[in-house]
Amino acid sequence: MDPVLGVDRAFWYIFIVSAIFLAGITVVMVYFVFRYRRAKHPQPADIRDNWKLELLWTVIPTIIALSMFWVGWQSYTGLRNVPAGAVQIEALGQMFSWIFIYDNDKETENELVVPAHTPIKLNIESLDVLHSFYIPAFRVKADAVKNFPTYVWFRTNEPGQYDILCAEYCGLDHSQMVAKLTVLPKNQYQEWLDQEDE
Amino acid sequence: MPAIHSFFDTPSPAGLTGVKAWLLTHDHKRLGIMYLWAVLFWFTVALTVGFLLRIELMTIGKTIMSAEIYNSAFTLHGVIMIFLFVIPAIPAIFGNFFLPIQLGTNDVFFPRLNLLSWYLYMFGGLLAIISLFTAGGFPDTGWTFYVPFSVGTNNNVPLTVFAAFILGMSSMLTGLNFITTVHRMRHKAMGWMQIPLFTWSLYATAWVQLLATPVISITLLLVIFERAFNIGLFDPDKGGDPLLYQHLFWMYSHPAVYVMILPGMGVISEIIPTFSRKAIFGYKAIVISSLGIAVAGSLVWAHHMYTSGMSDTAVFVFSLLTFLVAIPTAVKVFSWVSTMYKASIEMTPPLLYALVFIYLFSVGGLTGLVLGAAGTDIHVHDTHFVVSHFHFTMFGGTGFAFFAALHFWWPKMFGIMYNFKRAYIAATLATVGFMFHYVPMFILGMQGMPRRYYDYLPQFAQGNALAAAGGLLLFVGIMLMLINLVLSFRKREISSINPWGGVTLEWTVPSPPPLHNFVAEPNVKEYPYDFSEILTAENAGKKGQVTP
Repeated sequence: MDPVLGVDRAFWYIFIVSAIFLAGITVVMVYFVFRYRRAKHPQPADIRDNWKLELLWTVIPTIIALSMFWVGWQSYTGLRNVPAGAVQIEALGQMFSWIFIYDNDKETENELVVPAHTPIKLNIESLDVLHSFYIPAFRVKADAVKNFPTYVWFRTNEPGQYDILCAEYCGLDHSQMVAKLTVLPKNQYQEWLDQEDE
Repeated sequence: MPAIHSFFDTPSPAGLTGVKAWLLTHDHKRLGIMYLWAVLFWFTVALTVGFLLRIELMTIGKTIMSAEIYNSAFTLHGVIMIFLFVIPAIPAIFGNFFLPIQLGTNDVFFPRLNLLSWYLYMFGGLLAIISLFTAGGFPDTGWTFYVPFSVGTNNNVPLTVFAAFILGMSSMLTGLNFITTVHRMRHKAMGWMQIPLFTWSLYATAWVQLLATPVISITLLLVIFERAFNIGLFDPDKGGDPLLYQHLFWMYSHPAVYVMILPGMGVISEIIPTFSRKAIFGYKAIVISSLGIAVAGSLVWAHHMYTSGMSDTAVFVFSLLTFLVAIPTAVKVFSWVSTMYKASIEMTPPLLYALVFIYLFSVGGLTGLVLGAAGTDIHVHDTHFVVSHFHFTMFGGTGFAFFAALHFWWPKMFGIMYNFKRAYIAATLATVGFMFHYVPMFILGMQGMPRRYYDYLPQFAQGNALAAAGGLLLFVGIMLMLINLVLSFRKREISSINPWGGVTLEWTVPSPPPLHNFVAEPNVKEYPYDFSEILTAENAGKKGQVTP
């Protein structure tokens, strides 16, 4: 399964179950406040506990929570298991830009160009303080740490442009550390790669 | 009853008059009041800074401040809110004031240490102020002081970090005092399962304060040493490990969020049964869940680090443990709501705040689930989604519990009642403002807007504008709430001993309580939330008056 789809399904699963819980809690709470207001219900019942109910609302949420954990973990493995044959590119964070180095030692700043319909693996490292490499469209994020390589991978689809952001606060121009991801058709990508730097 | 002086009016011994009667006091109630004013001061400062931050973010580019000031301002907002407001607010004010009374005793176990703890708090705050204006200005690191940035920046990191260290000492001593007081000074007739839930929550909190705070204290000192002597613990240029810092930092700072929320949950566990006039549902389950949160909450720190590059095994383990912490929290929410079943509910400002707490905290807790889950966290980690999530728990949760506590115990602390109408208007404004302020941030985070951004891409403009508008409403609501409380001093509408029909021991002593708290031997109930006497008195026509 496409990792983006896996993550999005995990989001939907958790959000929908959460919305049901929130709606339930809120509706019941508001209903009780009106139904049992003192003017209408002056004599409260004396109920102190009910172990069956308490057991039920401990066990059921535990099962639901574990299912959420599992769905979350499954989608995480999708983000971590790089398929064979991925195009590898180095991504280096520095204050305040991203440097990309391709196979043939071509180097770009704040501009990542990749081929369409291809798995891409980015090897991430920092040249100074912590940064975090983030492409919202592909649901990937990894901290860039000096001397401590990490990676992200994603599968490109149709050609297009996406935002790359720095998600770990890195100083004055943290919010300016924005790069562009351009997905080119495979043949154009090869052309672009073979161009000499201007 | 013979004339009883309240602790405000008790004549001081010679040489301890005037302002000294306050500054050298050992009375837990006076210290509670002194914390109250100091905490409210810091809260107002940090609230204003937070409000200005959102105004800056209202439009793309510069709105009212430069990037340098913005970066220092969000650090200042975080440091003050965390170390000077959310951590101390409920334990230091209401814990100091009410824990000994709820236990049927006359003070905490170490009254002098309690005074020292207040001075450490004030000293820590003073250092934070000094660091604003000295050596490079207030840090621009964020309240997390992540290395290696915090080691390299020219701003005044050491002094601010030292301020946090001092504030940690203050928090630890308060925790020590509460643990010893619960064990050693509890009324002889009070068994463990007769302790009110607010005190129980403080007890669970105190253990976390005592055991986790040393970790951050040492870590912060290490940052200072790293900067001063270039040791190379955290700096990768010298072979140090930045992830080590993150582990050490969150080893305290995650348990610390439970230090922040548990006392708030304790407040809600007092307010809901009082205005329901009905026993809290599942007293034992709530006690166990408090302890469960304290223990399990100490084992989940690295869920802040899924993107940090730590091993996938660690991600698996910490994600699993994180989901287990959700359970005791859910149990508490279910118990509060069930308490209102077949109750006799009286709407009051403290109850309204408590109900809003349950709603906002539920949103905060449930949105925490996508942050605990590994795959989804990767997308929203370090985005506005996280900002919104922790403001729902810490502000909508602890903040609103604090407001509820203020309105609940105000008549006991000062013997006067505030205006209800204004309190309702303020609560409504604050709640509506809160939703408009923070819900857009969830959406911004899902869209991919990172946190700590001075400027942003055009697709984030709408959400930020909306958040600023909500922020204004929220700010006005909270200011109105605080003004309403202060205005109660002018009108001085005298409150009775037990205006709400509460059953814990603080509602059996005069308002405000006398110096030694109790005028007669406290009558410890077999079950702490037994409302039968209140109901009998009510039916006999003596509304709100209970013989102690």
